[in-house]
Amino acid sequence: MDFIIQALGYIFDPVNYLGENAILPRLADHLIYTGLSLFIALVVAIPLGLFIGHTGRGKNFAVAATSSFRAVPTFGLLLFIVLLNGLGLWPLVAVLVILAVPPLLAGIYSGIQAVSRSTIYSARAIGMTEFQILSKVEVPLAIPLMLGGLRNATLQVIATATIAAYVGLGGLGRFIIEGLALHNFVLALVGALLVMMLALVIDLSLAGIQKLVTPPGVATVLTRKATDKQPKILAKIAQEREG
Amino acid sequence: MEWLWENREMVMGLLIQHVGLSVVPIIASLLVSVPLARIARRYRSLRGLLLGAFGLLFTIPSLALFVTLPAFLGTKILDPLNVVVALTIYGVAIMVRGTADAFDSVPNDVLDSASAVGYSPGSRFWRVELPLAGPVILANLRVVSVTTVSLLSVGALIGNGGLGYLFTNGYQRAFPTEIIIGVVLTLLVALIFDQILLAIGRIVMPWDRNTRSPESSIQPDLFAEAAH
Amino acid sequence: MIQYKEVSKRFADGTLAVNDFSLVIPAHKTIVLVGSSGCGKTTLLRMVNRMTTPTKGSIEIDGEDIAGVDPVALRRRIGYVMQNSGLLPHRTVTENIATVPTLQGMGKAEARALAMEMMDVVGLERSLSDRYPSQLSGGQQQRVGVARGLATDPNILLMDEPFGAVDPIVRSELQRELLRIQSELGKTIVFVTHDIDEAFLLGDKVVILEKTAKIAQQGTPEEILENPASEFVAEFVGANRGKRHLTIVENDNSSDRFVLVDGLGRPAGVLELSASQRAGSDVQLKQPKANSVSKARSVSNKTVQAGDA
Repeated sequence: MDFIIQALGYIFDPVNYLGENAILPRLADHLIYTGLSLFIALVVAIPLGLFIGHTGRGKNFAVAATSSFRAVPTFGLLLFIVLLNGLGLWPLVAVLVILAVPPLLAGIYSGIQAVSRSTIYSARAIGMTEFQILSKVEVPLAIPLMLGGLRNATLQVIATATIAAYVGLGGLGRFIIEGLALHNFVLALVGALLVMMLALVIDLSLAGIQKLVTPPGVATVLTRKATDKQPKILAKIAQEREG
Repeated sequence: MEWLWENREMVMGLLIQHVGLSVVPIIASLLVSVPLARIARRYRSLRGLLLGAFGLLFTIPSLALFVTLPAFLGTKILDPLNVVVALTIYGVAIMVRGTADAFDSVPNDVLDSASAVGYSPGSRFWRVELPLAGPVILANLRVVSVTTVSLLSVGALIGNGGLGYLFTNGYQRAFPTEIIIGVVLTLLVALIFDQILLAIGRIVMPWDRNTRSPESSIQPDLFAEAAH
Repeated sequence: MIQYKEVSKRFADGTLAVNDFSLVIPAHKTIVLVGSSGCGKTTLLRMVNRMTTPTKGSIEIDGEDIAGVDPVALRRRIGYVMQNSGLLPHRTVTENIATVPTLQGMGKAEARALAMEMMDVVGLERSLSDRYPSQLSGGQQQRVGVARGLATDPNILLMDEPFGAVDPIVRSELQRELLRIQSELGKTIVFVTHDIDEAFLLGDKVVILEKTAKIAQQGTPEEILENPASEFVAEFVGANRGKRHLTIVENDNSSDRFVLVDGLGRPAGVLELSASQRAGSDVQLKQPKANSVSKARSVSNKTVQAGDA
């Protein structure tokens, strides 16, 4: 516990905020890695996820890919790519993007898939265009699950960006790696606590946003059970759409 | 390949370490989360608290958790216990929600009728409730297994990463082949663990379709990704 | 007027749902397509707004082949009401009702005013206007569904088992409401159901379908009951048995009221003869015997038994 108190003392001492190896620049690095990677990942995942979710095409592939991706050791992937491409911002961002896309994709397409088929059917039957169905029905209803995917992707990226310090990149992980190398346990704890706080703050903010944007009156609509209880007729419709 | 043959003893040792260090958290997650989930079902007010607390633990990046635990456990930084406890925490964080949902999915009237035909509370749990929740629990355990095996490699940074050592060593020696071998072997371990869990499921729950077809509807939360 | 011309539909999996179906649906009437599940009735309905495309034949609305009409434009001028309402769960009642007018560019205030009017039409309290569908009862949701279908004032209203998922009391309420609305608006309604009582209650004309949408009989409810075209129809409408087969119980106090019993011997209602009917009676009543059931005349009359519909 002494270590924790010492580490907290370090964190809350403004002396350690600015300077070459201080907290704020490393925090900034961490945020830049995270933000940049998530941005690129979103640019990739949103159109792809919307396409898969709306059309149902490539869904099996996406499910298999996202779930088997869990098994890939991200640490090994990171070191491999950095080793081949050299140290720098872009190899790291490339790895982080690769890691962020599957959970984002899963959130988007499964969010759309969870929208009741009968709701979508009726939207089409009263004369919505496919784009209107997507933008006015599927996306608003899928947003909570989409943000769930964003939360997972963000945690993934923050965690992996921490490990990136091992290959000499910046970010809050530097404190941990340096602490371990110098046998300075307090310094390692400083890094660990900072990363935890960062992850927590960002995740809680996203959770807050998630609550905020959940359309009123739909809290129960998004449960899996709701989609299972579809009239048999709709199976026929689905059949026909595929045909 | 040549490298692998020359270093087969080291790799074998790492493989065994990897298996050992990941089996413990996987089993521990199961043993801890089932009673926790039961408590969550029994005491509604505790449910939110419990799930929330593990949700927060789940947000902690792995490396941060690895180096923080010694301060709480009083262990040395290189003690394998740190990694085992950390992975157990993640495992429980993934499992406790899924397991609570699994118990919730057991219909109340089934439980009532079990009591009505004379099951004692204890035997009702073991013979009715647990078997019915079993398939969903197994599905979650499979996620935990895969996640644990893949996450363990980060432990190489504090000397307990099993096959993760091949990553750090390969990186330091600028030898990508070694990293690839590490990745492939890790995937292999994950795959074998998954098959073992499926086989156990088939033996223990022969009535369950889910253990036969992995593409069934009751899959664990897609979002219980390995976030670390 | 809607005209089916030798229409067939084979699904991608090879199932033949509709086989060579032809029918003329006159304007401003309620036509009910009735049949067991899987007879193709819903497929027929969906062809009208191109939610399903026939594999053979054509459908014309007022003489225009709909195959040449843009499906979205077509759907916007045809009202559609389905089972489980199909409302948008994230939109309020008024937003749901005014969905199509809003899509067509109607302003917010105007759309809301229109939605309020439609709520009056379908008998919904205006105080429900800002509720979400999940906050409504099943019957209220269906009313919103009907209001949405009517919001663009379409000539045609397609109703796909709209009252199938609500309980019997609410269903009969909704059925009466639909009769009232139709008497005021006079739309061309194509209504699909598997419930023959509902079909006889609502339909100006009823079309009874067998497998692959083969027309077993079409006509007014009276025509069908009076003269079932086949054993299948007689069986389907239950004209020779059960609660539709009514007989008069003789009374001995010579009043003009007769108790009717159904095929199972349960009292089903009362038949009252007017003076003129009594005078020129073609109902030849035999000399009454106490407590006996006469077979003087079988009455198949939907107004008599409407009470239990």
